[in-house]
Amino acid sequence: MASPANDIDRLIKREYKEGFVTDIDSETLPPGLDEGVVRAISEKKREPEFMLEWRLNAYHHWLTLTEPQWAHVHYEPIDYQAISYYSAPKDKDGPKSLDEVDPKLLETYEKLGIPLEEQKMLAGVAVDAVFDSVSVKTTFREKLAEVGVIFCSISEALQEHPDLVKQYLGSVVPAGDNFYAALNSAVFSDGSFVYVPKGIRCPMELSTYFRINAMNTGQFERTLIIADEGSYVSYLEGCTAPMRDENQLHAAVVELIAMKDAQIKYSTVQNWYPGDEHGRGGIYNFVTKRGACRGGNSKISWTQVETGSAITWKYPSVLLEGDNSVGEFYSVALTNNWQQADTGTKMVHIGKNTASTIISKGISAGHGQNAYRGLVKVLNQADNARNYSQCDSLLMGDRCGAHTFPYMEVKNPTAQVEHEATTSKISDDQLFYCRQRGLSEEDAVSMIVNGFCKEVFKELPMEFAVEARKLLEISLEGAVG
Amino acid sequence: MLSIKNLHASVEGTPILKGIDLDVAAGEVHAIMGPNGSGKSTLANVIAGRDGYDVTAGKVVFRGKNLLELPVEERACEGIFLAFQYPVEIPGVSNLYLLKTALNSIRKHRGLNDLSAVEFLKLIKEKIKLVEMKEEFLHRSVNEGFSGGEKKRNEILQLAVLEPSLAILDETDSGLDIDALKVVANGVNSLRDEQRAMIVVTHYQRLLDYIIPDKVHVMANGRIVKSGDKSLALELEKHGYAWIAQDPGAAAAPPAGS
Repeated sequence: MASPANDIDRLIKREYKEGFVTDIDSETLPPGLDEGVVRAISEKKREPEFMLEWRLNAYHHWLTLTEPQWAHVHYEPIDYQAISYYSAPKDKDGPKSLDEVDPKLLETYEKLGIPLEEQKMLAGVAVDAVFDSVSVKTTFREKLAEVGVIFCSISEALQEHPDLVKQYLGSVVPAGDNFYAALNSAVFSDGSFVYVPKGIRCPMELSTYFRINAMNTGQFERTLIIADEGSYVSYLEGCTAPMRDENQLHAAVVELIAMKDAQIKYSTVQNWYPGDEHGRGGIYNFVTKRGACRGGNSKISWTQVETGSAITWKYPSVLLEGDNSVGEFYSVALTNNWQQADTGTKMVHIGKNTASTIISKGISAGHGQNAYRGLVKVLNQADNARNYSQCDSLLMGDRCGAHTFPYMEVKNPTAQVEHEATTSKISDDQLFYCRQRGLSEEDAVSMIVNGFCKEVFKELPMEFAVEARKLLEISLEGAVG
Repeated sequence: MLSIKNLHASVEGTPILKGIDLDVAAGEVHAIMGPNGSGKSTLANVIAGRDGYDVTAGKVVFRGKNLLELPVEERACEGIFLAFQYPVEIPGVSNLYLLKTALNSIRKHRGLNDLSAVEFLKLIKEKIKLVEMKEEFLHRSVNEGFSGGEKKRNEILQLAVLEPSLAILDETDSGLDIDALKVVANGVNSLRDEQRAMIVVTHYQRLLDYIIPDKVHVMANGRIVKSGDKSLALELEKHGYAWIAQDPGAAAAPPAGS
């Protein structure tokens, strides 16, 4: 009979199916960051003057900041002068018709299961495909425009809707918010822009697929979503990168704005390359995501399934400004091999009768380290605020770790704040039970883990819940204790 | 169907089974009785293939196959079912989902197609009547928040759905009140047939009032010290296990005068 230790070694072998490299001519800025680089990026994108100024301010502010050290993660210092801040496939002037897109790029997305031909796509899902620093193609734009929904890359939005961008960019995550947000504000290259007009329920799921391809290049994605009064939008992002021995930086900023009676549902299935079984390579995913419930009765819901990246540093948050607004955070974070994750949320209760829910499921396997870090803050004037937080950790094997750092700052006595936390292991008894019923060890683990994540998966849009389950299976291929 | 020869097994270096010989033919129900610590549950777990039990000598052949070489799930697919003494909880996994996955795994092993959702539901509605459970039961997480009786009935439901050729019931009667015991026993009895064998492991004679065994074996100190028909169980009930302990090996009849 195999000993449990052997099982772990045998089973912790995952295959990263998206780890290929597309051989394509790229125009890449030489490594290094100075004012000239910031100007060059802005110029390449033919941005309006205000944008350049905004970037330069952010850059100068960034120079005064130091990297945050408080997260429960460990890595060698990053040399920000060794990274290239812009890389784009050659001969590329923003998205164009599909016939003009380099076939190699189409092939890449096809291989990733994201065909960009509209007729091949999942009905009801529009995609913005971002490759390194630029958007390659946004599908269904015309169809969405019929109902007034703007869905395009942020570069195009700066050309076509500069006023909207100027009004909202940085209004939730100010350029100087933190080290990585400031860096992103200075050098961001592409990402998605969404505007849903008053009273419109966006007729399709919107999604952005981020792909890192170039070596030694950072990806600085910027996404801005505005849901005007009484509107609804569901948005999903996915991401993958080639397998490389070097670490690569992905420092994104996502801002969501929900006006009165509006709802935004933002889902992430994060599958950046996690590094190999010795902890070599993988993406550093240092991301600032925040939404503002600006109007009364608005709602922002974050759902994330984080299975990739060598290191994840990410706290999708909600500022509950409007009265009766609702913030939700549903998260599954998995760390296997040597992956590290420090992730959670901030719920800031500002308006009256605001409510927030936090459901966090951390799964650690191999030598993975998984930390939940969350803040529930209730301001003076936020009467009758309610929060429910539940943080569950599942450990597989005895070399991994789970950590919970819940913070609460309550300044209003009418608040009701609840926190529950559990830590469990997949027990030998559970595995034996399932196997005695005829399930293979892999199926048993996958079933138990899926059960553990159920409350989060049910929040994902249908098509993606299936994806997420599969991803979890692949990511866990192997982790049993 | 099942042939056990000179089986020795130990847990963390301590010998628990010290030479078990047992033959079970198709259609037979064998009861294994014995005091706590006699090795009854160990025997059940060794047959099922649980980790942590080292077989140090002996052979177990099941339908012509060397059982000890097979991993747990293959033994299950070959037709061995263990009704657990303490069924585990699996939060977030519905009873229905586990049953369907298990049944389809076993069908696949036998070269059969997966049952469709409709066929499966039809089957399950049929089987659930056997154990007098409500359908809502199927949608609850496996054993989570179940009472002791519900857990045991759930084991019998799984037995009914998976239709193994050898069912081992490990102390299925423990913790059951008389009504639940009857439901469980009825369920088990309805599953008795020519093709199926059962091994009923129990501490008390009580269960055997309802599930009448063809043979009764008494274990003590890692060995089967006495075998007989159902009357042996009744004698045990009368005299207690001390009777066996005092007179291991030979006791073919109760001691004189009692």
